[in-house]
Amino acid sequence: MSMADEPLYPIAVLIDELKNDDIQLRLNSIRKLSTIARALGEERTRKELIPFLTENNDDDDEVLLAMAAELGGFIPYVGGVEHASALLPPLEAFCSVEETCVRDKAVESLCRIGSHMRDTDLVEYFIPLVKRLAAGEWFTARVSACGLFHIAYPSAPEASKTELRSIYSQLCQDDMPMVRRSAATNLGKFAATVEYTHLKADIMSIFDDLTQDDQDSVRLLAVEGCAALGKLLEPQDCVAHILPVIVNFSQDKSWRVRYMVANQLYELCEAVGPEPTRAELVPAYVRLLRDNEAEVRIAAAGKVTKFCRILSSEHAIQNILPCVKELSSDSSQHVRSTLASVIMGMAPVLGKETTIEHLLPIFLSLLKDEFPDVRLNIISKLDQVNQVIGIDLLSQSLLPAIVELAEDRHWRVRLAIIEYIPLLASQLGVTFFDDKLGALCMQWLQDKVHAIREAAANNLKRLAEEFGPDWAMQHIIQKVLEMINNPHYLYRMTILRAISLLAPVVGPEVTCSNLLPAVVAASKDRVPNIKFNVAKVLQSIFPIVDQSVVEKTIRPCLVELSEDPDVDVRYFSSQALQAIDNVMMSS
Amino acid sequence: MNGGDDVVVASEEPLQPLEWKFSQVFGERAAGEEVQEVDIISAIEFDKSGNHLATGDRGGRVVLFERTDSKDQHGSRRDLESTDYSSSRHPEFRYKTEFQSHEPEFDYLKSLEIEEKINKIKWCQTANGSVFLLSTNDKTIKFWKVQEKKVKKISDMNIDPSKAIGNGSSSSNSNSSKPHLANGGSSDKSYNYPSNDFSFPPGGLPSLRLPSVVSHETSLLARCRRVYAHAHDYHINSISNNSDGETFISADDLRINLWNLEISNQSFNIVDVKPTNMEDLTEVITSAEFHPTHCNTLAYSSSKGSIRLIDLRQSALCDSHAKLFEEQEAPGSRSFFTEIIASISDIKFAKEGRYILSRDYMTLKLWDINMDSGPVSTFRVHEYLRPKLCDLYENDSIFDKFECCLSGDGSRVSTGSYSNLFRVFGCAPGSTEATTLEASKNPTRRQVPTPSRPSRSLGNSLTRVVRRGAENTGVDANGNSFDFTTKLLHLAWHPSENSIACAAANSLYMYYA
Repeated sequence: MSMADEPLYPIAVLIDELKNDDIQLRLNSIRKLSTIARALGEERTRKELIPFLTENNDDDDEVLLAMAAELGGFIPYVGGVEHASALLPPLEAFCSVEETCVRDKAVESLCRIGSHMRDTDLVEYFIPLVKRLAAGEWFTARVSACGLFHIAYPSAPEASKTELRSIYSQLCQDDMPMVRRSAATNLGKFAATVEYTHLKADIMSIFDDLTQDDQDSVRLLAVEGCAALGKLLEPQDCVAHILPVIVNFSQDKSWRVRYMVANQLYELCEAVGPEPTRAELVPAYVRLLRDNEAEVRIAAAGKVTKFCRILSSEHAIQNILPCVKELSSDSSQHVRSTLASVIMGMAPVLGKETTIEHLLPIFLSLLKDEFPDVRLNIISKLDQVNQVIGIDLLSQSLLPAIVELAEDRHWRVRLAIIEYIPLLASQLGVTFFDDKLGALCMQWLQDKVHAIREAAANNLKRLAEEFGPDWAMQHIIQKVLEMINNPHYLYRMTILRAISLLAPVVGPEVTCSNLLPAVVAASKDRVPNIKFNVAKVLQSIFPIVDQSVVEKTIRPCLVELSEDPDVDVRYFSSQALQAIDNVMMSS
Repeated sequence: MNGGDDVVVASEEPLQPLEWKFSQVFGERAAGEEVQEVDIISAIEFDKSGNHLATGDRGGRVVLFERTDSKDQHGSRRDLESTDYSSSRHPEFRYKTEFQSHEPEFDYLKSLEIEEKINKIKWCQTANGSVFLLSTNDKTIKFWKVQEKKVKKISDMNIDPSKAIGNGSSSSNSNSSKPHLANGGSSDKSYNYPSNDFSFPPGGLPSLRLPSVVSHETSLLARCRRVYAHAHDYHINSISNNSDGETFISADDLRINLWNLEISNQSFNIVDVKPTNMEDLTEVITSAEFHPTHCNTLAYSSSKGSIRLIDLRQSALCDSHAKLFEEQEAPGSRSFFTEIIASISDIKFAKEGRYILSRDYMTLKLWDINMDSGPVSTFRVHEYLRPKLCDLYENDSIFDKFECCLSGDGSRVSTGSYSNLFRVFGCAPGSTEATTLEASKNPTRRQVPTPSRPSRSLGNSLTRVVRRGAENTGVDANGNSFDFTTKLLHLAWHPSENSIACAAANSLYMYYA
């Protein structure tokens, strides 16, 4: 054991454990690879450690993943940028393993290293590596190659550039759909580095091939690339090349392709500019809003506000609004729910009059939806519409909706609406709240589900913060204290919880005069759980009251509890007493 | 072995009936040896190249075989794919490895035992010399990787392992703590520590060494990469890979789910035939398969004898089929058994995806997916059993699920029967081939030569509705009583050659022509 004292011992263990049978120890060593590298020095790291890692590429995937990640930041340990190429061999080996996450990490690390490498090194080492991977025997290497072109291309000499472009185009026609998918995914990144003339010629023809692929999964990714490519092209080229493709895709036989279009359409509008958007993309979007497949309508409905924002309100009213009306009574609850989550945002876009005339009826019908998520989504975005038309127009319908949600038989729905109560309170104003919602807030304190009671207590605190201590004193405190005599101890415990939350908000005066007596009274409860919760509450509120009150009221109460027959009560009261003593001592 | 068993395929002439010869048997039973239930083979599958064969058994094991007669085992993938093997040699396989894929489980919530029996095996895309496959029992699908791994022999440690605390204690039990190594493939790792006096050199960093691996031996290791569980309420009857290489389906009695190979915690329900009220249930899914090249088409068969083709592009939940294939029953022929024997036990797409072969209890049917009015051909497998349907019902044999297979060129079809017999039919226009073979070392032992019939008239072959093989009651007339306990349920045709692998209880028989 004398070796344990040697300073090198921990590092020696780390190195040995690179080959340990236990995967956790190997992983541990790999995560400290930089320590090992520092111990070995830059030269031996290059000449021994890196080749060692390259050789041992048949380890478990978890280990390979960790290695690939570590190597990404390894340039300082091999001697700086001029030696960065030493790191390529192990990462190249990891680029062809079967596990996707390892390959992805290796590609990520290669990109990281490549972006620091000197141009000459890129030409000498990185570009040949990309070519080797692209000509790899197994599809895994070719999949990885696709993600490296955007690093290799910019510094390549002219002849190499031509070759790289043609290699990429071959990858897009690979036998394996996995390779074509990877090529489609990375096309946007690669295209961003290609010169404009080649972009228009080579890349666009590659793109055309991908958009006509047999495999739906490849076409899907080509759609995803549409927007990225569109942004690279001049608007008129985009209109000429990308627009027809996307319009075509929006009528593809496969719902998954149309779904992608629905998700991408908005970004494409930005690329082509307002005029083609109106002429071509709006009709396409309207078709998607009326698609047969609910999934497509969900995707399209989610973008309705964003889309309206780039259109003039006149066009939005004319083209989009009729569809929105249809969607509000869609047969799929998920479509209505998605619509409800974005539709409030249309109000600022359309302005007050249109909102009142067209949107309000839709809001109201969604507020009466049979599916609680739809109603919740409307309520959660109430502030957006309040700024435009004010709440009064909605309040008549709002109240029944809130009451119904508040009494929903699923507790998660009740929980969701409680979360929105402070928002509602701030939007609706104090008078409305007192009249209609105050009773509900009290009612939740006696819910059958603990999570609801807990949320209700928290809700009271947030309301007190919103409306101020005076209001809380008037409207909350009295009602809360009435409930402390509930025959069920669990409800009494909720009240104690509410008291401890309210005390800091209402301030020392109200706490001393109203809350504290109730807590002290509760210390005489027959249930030990109440008693030790009293101790906890006292511990949490003593810092806000005056020291004399602590000595006069709180301490005697705790001392009494600390002699309770129940062990837990004794424990928590002594904890509280200790806390008090600590504060006294320090002050 | 390399004798003159060339098969000359002349495309313009009707195919000559093949002469089947015995090639190999694995797990042959000695006379009088009793078959262990766990050893009974329950799944057979060739991979796409035909260089590998996998079998699964009731004991939850998967056994892999590899082809030995390939000229160049280590050739590049593209070469292997394109090489047209000369037909002078027939495929021969050797045992490669085996692993325990599934273990018996107990579902405590439903108080159900889950058998370990392998229901289906499917091969996935090969990569880096490792092979990948999916295996499933009634409930759980697993994704396996079988790779060659270097046997580690490490030397040049910095620290004598006998003194090191960090190493010694943990390496002794590391294997048993990893469930994915339960098949024992890695238990033979051994250290070769230098036993000579090791001294820790004083002085700086140059003394540190990297351990070096000295062994060049490799061993096969099967690792379970992913488990796709908890997605089926009923028993899984099929799994099938998509041509996109990233998704697959699994089908149980009432639902078909779509998975991504990389994602094991989420699947999408694409077909659901469960009625809201289970009392209204009249039909269950019996088998499902993806089209071999069209990534968006899949077919599933039902217990009512119909095959539905669905288009995944149409809708996220494919309640409505794109095409329906079923045969109208002849009026008047209806009996108590009609519906039972109409149930399709297996469907297979032909290689190009134009034809679908289906097996019901009495027949094999070949369907053209462009013709939904009826099957293009019907082959009667064991018509002589028709009078015995009552007995077969009594002993539950009528519910046996026979598989079927097509040759790689699509010109022949095959399926199993009782008494370890299997039948091969020619399905090319004009072919009258109908051979009965026995899964034994002498496959033609019990075959009664049927007089070759005159070829059919042109008119008849144009309609391409042929019914053959019905009258072959000779075997029965031979005096051999049928043994319903020895049934040949599972068989597979090599993807590119005339070679059939079939399972007779625990034995795997291979034949070639």
